Amino acid sequence: MLELHEVEVAYGNIRALKGISLSVAEGELVTLIGANGAGKSTTLKTISGLLRPKAGTLLYQDQALDRLPPHQIVALGISHCPEGRHLFGRLTVTENLRLGAVQRRDREKVPDDIEHVYKLFPVLKDRRAQLAGTLSGGEQQMLAIGRAMMSRPRLLLLDEPSLGLAPILVGLIFETIQQLKREGTTILLVEQNARLALEIADRAYVMETGRVTLQGPATELKHNPQVEHTYLGT
Amino acid sequence: MSPQAQGPIWERAAGPLVAVLALVILLALLQVTGLAFWQGLVINLGIFLILVLSLNLSNGFTGVFSLGHIGFMALGAYASAILTLPLREKQEYLPNLPAWMAGIHFDFRVGSFPLGFLVATVIAAFLVSLVALLVGLVLMRLSGHFVAVATLGFLVIVRVLLFNADNLTRGSRTFSNVTPYTNLWWVWTWALLTIYIVWRIKRSPFGRAMFAQREDRWAAQSIGIEVMSPRLLAFVVSAFFTAVAGSLYAHFITSFSPTVFYFDLTFKVITMLVVGGMGSVSGSVVGTVLVVGLTEVLRRIEDPSQLYGMSGIVLAILFILIIIFRREGLLGQREIALDRWFMKGGGTGSEQQITNAE
Amino acid sequence: MNLVFYFLQQLVNALSIGSLYALMAVGLAMVFSILRLINFAHGDLIMVAAYIAAFALLGKLPLVVTIVLMLAGTILLGLLMERVAYRPIRGAPDVAALLTSFAVGQILQNGTLLVTRLLQRPNPLAFPVISALSGVFTFGSITIPRVNVLSLVLGIILLVLLSLFVTRTDLGLSMRAAAEDLPAARLMGIDTNRVIATAFAIGSGLAAVAGLLFAVQAGQLTPYMGFTPVLKAFIAAVIGGFGSISGAIIGGYALGGLEVLLTAIPGIGDILPPGLVAPGVQAWLRQWLPSSLTSYRDAFVFIVLILVLLFRPNGILGSREREEMG
Repeated sequence: MLELHEVEVAYGNIRALKGISLSVAEGELVTLIGANGAGKSTTLKTISGLLRPKAGTLLYQDQALDRLPPHQIVALGISHCPEGRHLFGRLTVTENLRLGAVQRRDREKVPDDIEHVYKLFPVLKDRRAQLAGTLSGGEQQMLAIGRAMMSRPRLLLLDEPSLGLAPILVGLIFETIQQLKREGTTILLVEQNARLALEIADRAYVMETGRVTLQGPATELKHNPQVEHTYLGT
Repeated sequence: MSPQAQGPIWERAAGPLVAVLALVILLALLQVTGLAFWQGLVINLGIFLILVLSLNLSNGFTGVFSLGHIGFMALGAYASAILTLPLREKQEYLPNLPAWMAGIHFDFRVGSFPLGFLVATVIAAFLVSLVALLVGLVLMRLSGHFVAVATLGFLVIVRVLLFNADNLTRGSRTFSNVTPYTNLWWVWTWALLTIYIVWRIKRSPFGRAMFAQREDRWAAQSIGIEVMSPRLLAFVVSAFFTAVAGSLYAHFITSFSPTVFYFDLTFKVITMLVVGGMGSVSGSVVGTVLVVGLTEVLRRIEDPSQLYGMSGIVLAILFILIIIFRREGLLGQREIALDRWFMKGGGTGSEQQITNAE
Repeated sequence: MNLVFYFLQQLVNALSIGSLYALMAVGLAMVFSILRLINFAHGDLIMVAAYIAAFALLGKLPLVVTIVLMLAGTILLGLLMERVAYRPIRGAPDVAALLTSFAVGQILQNGTLLVTRLLQRPNPLAFPVISALSGVFTFGSITIPRVNVLSLVLGIILLVLLSLFVTRTDLGLSMRAAAEDLPAARLMGIDTNRVIATAFAIGSGLAAVAGLLFAVQAGQLTPYMGFTPVLKAFIAAVIGGFGSISGAIIGGYALGGLEVLLTAIPGIGDILPPGLVAPGVQAWLRQWLPSSLTSYRDAFVFIVLILVLLFRPNGILGSREREEMG
């Protein structure tokens, strides 16, 4: 479904991605793990159109992504839930969810989808008239994921969903991600919490300083001694 | 900032001295030939140059955009005109002046040299600087477009005050009977002085501080550069010279009213500033000459065809084009290095400013 | 005159002027909230709208056609402005955009001057009388110009409609999102160009209405008449909390009230019916608040602006924290 080939991205003179290649098949949950600054978030931003690649190809269902503006990429079915969430704090929970669906054609299904999100995250339903800025960290993350789901994406890009959350909430979030996968969404997950990511993923890529250094089925990488040592702390 | 040209001082000074000499010869020629139109044009050029340089100092150097400077010009114009009005005219023309003011009249001469005019100009400019100090203290903490609008508010306030201070300014009526002291020499001496002072400020530590905080106020503060006093200094000095320009203007056209000192004039000066390049002294010269010249040419077309408004449109379009395609102006922050013209080993004549990302 | 009636009359005045300011300020606020651009040419849109209406009426076009032309012309102009002058400089520092808006204003002003001359109309141009809008309502001893009442009613209706649009519709929601966080809005798939164009279109439409009402009240048009209104609109928006639509509305009415206050209070010493207050108080009022102070009204308004910018830059609605934009 998604194919990146030798993609290079630079911030001015700083080369963030030095030629990475990865692929995600439909229905898969693929995770990118690696240390801070490895280029994981940059990869997601390049896919969703916030950044333009200097070189390389990005194909989504055989369509080139590298020249499209973000809103057209969203229209293709890719939804990006960014690091730090970027919710609209001055708008209510419901409004944030509605915003996620704002460019959809099938408007009549939107209320159902909102209900679906509320079923996934009952806490959000309680707070649906509250301003997003007043929610707790965990609730905001739930809202961010819910909002990303509202565009009915075929491919969901999740950037560090566990960041800053208490362990109990992290568990809930990861359960939700698995639920989403069960419902048929293809997911590309960027995570610092390598252990949990490898638990739920089908395949994984390890990134270091802008390159992919390891890749393979998650179960394999979980037991890979290098990965164990560097990222799993064993 | 790039280092000053190195070398013995007589070599460095040669270039500028030659330029000044050329100017003096030109002015003398103009005076002798007595072509009133060209004299007027060159006087206008000089006055605008002073205005643009002053605005450059305040806006271009520090990046604090003041839209109210013409208010200082107005104050300078009225103050100096009131001061130079001869005693009897004062009594007839401004009958309701407060007593202590009615007695002052700087219309005295030393020989044939109108010393009173000089004194009046300096005093007026000084008083306006005090006003600028107060205004600056209040407004310099604002930034970006807020300071722009606040200073625009100052312009409006000055206008309202001038319109209402009937006893001092004759309110909305024309203030005339001003002695036409201004001539080529006065204007260009002041202009050269302004160029020199603005140039020196640019190269001084204060100047460096100004440019530093122009690019990034927080970065500058974080390395210990104080933000307030360079801004304030620039503002006050620029107000001084703007007021001088006001005095020169008042004694040139000899009759005016508050409506002259308003937005159209402001926009014209800003256009010259932007075209030439904010932060460049030579740029101000280039910009002023270009725009004044262009205005004259356009006026030749406008008058016969009666297409009034066309010149305004052309200038505004020019302005927008520059902002879109060459925002830093024709010269940016660079200078035409006169001091290199005569140096051994030459120098083709432009020095780059080393600033944070431009 | 009875003090109560006087007060009522001034209240209606304040609300009607406030409506005009609110209509103008809202357009400024919408554009600023999304683009961080203070569009000073907004005032010239008001002026152009008035001129379009004037020329149409002078050309003997029926009122309805005039209004349609005026709205269409102003909105088109606003969209053109955005596309040609502001879109190329998106991302530029604030001051560049501000200056560009002045240049655009100059073009509009000089263009109007030119067109007036080409159509061989005088300058200043007398605005043709619209019988439906002229005249007064009288209630007892109060006389209120009909156009004031219309400004008030129309203003409130339009502002309510705008609020509904912004809160209930998806496009309005997108605008609010874009105003809060433009990059995040793009991520949502919102077409920011469309949102910005909508903001300009709505702002221009409201400006057109304000322009017509303004022209009727002023009676006379010059190409420079938009300058002071846009400054006042800016002040209104700042007072209410710059960048928010509700702030602009509140600011507009607050400014209207302030202006009427500044106009009505000086001279109140003369208005007060004798015996209402002690003679000493009345004399004191006469001395310190003479009617001549009215002409200083604009200066006072700007002083208020500067005070607000200094001490409460987020406006009446905002918090005390200062958002440094250095």
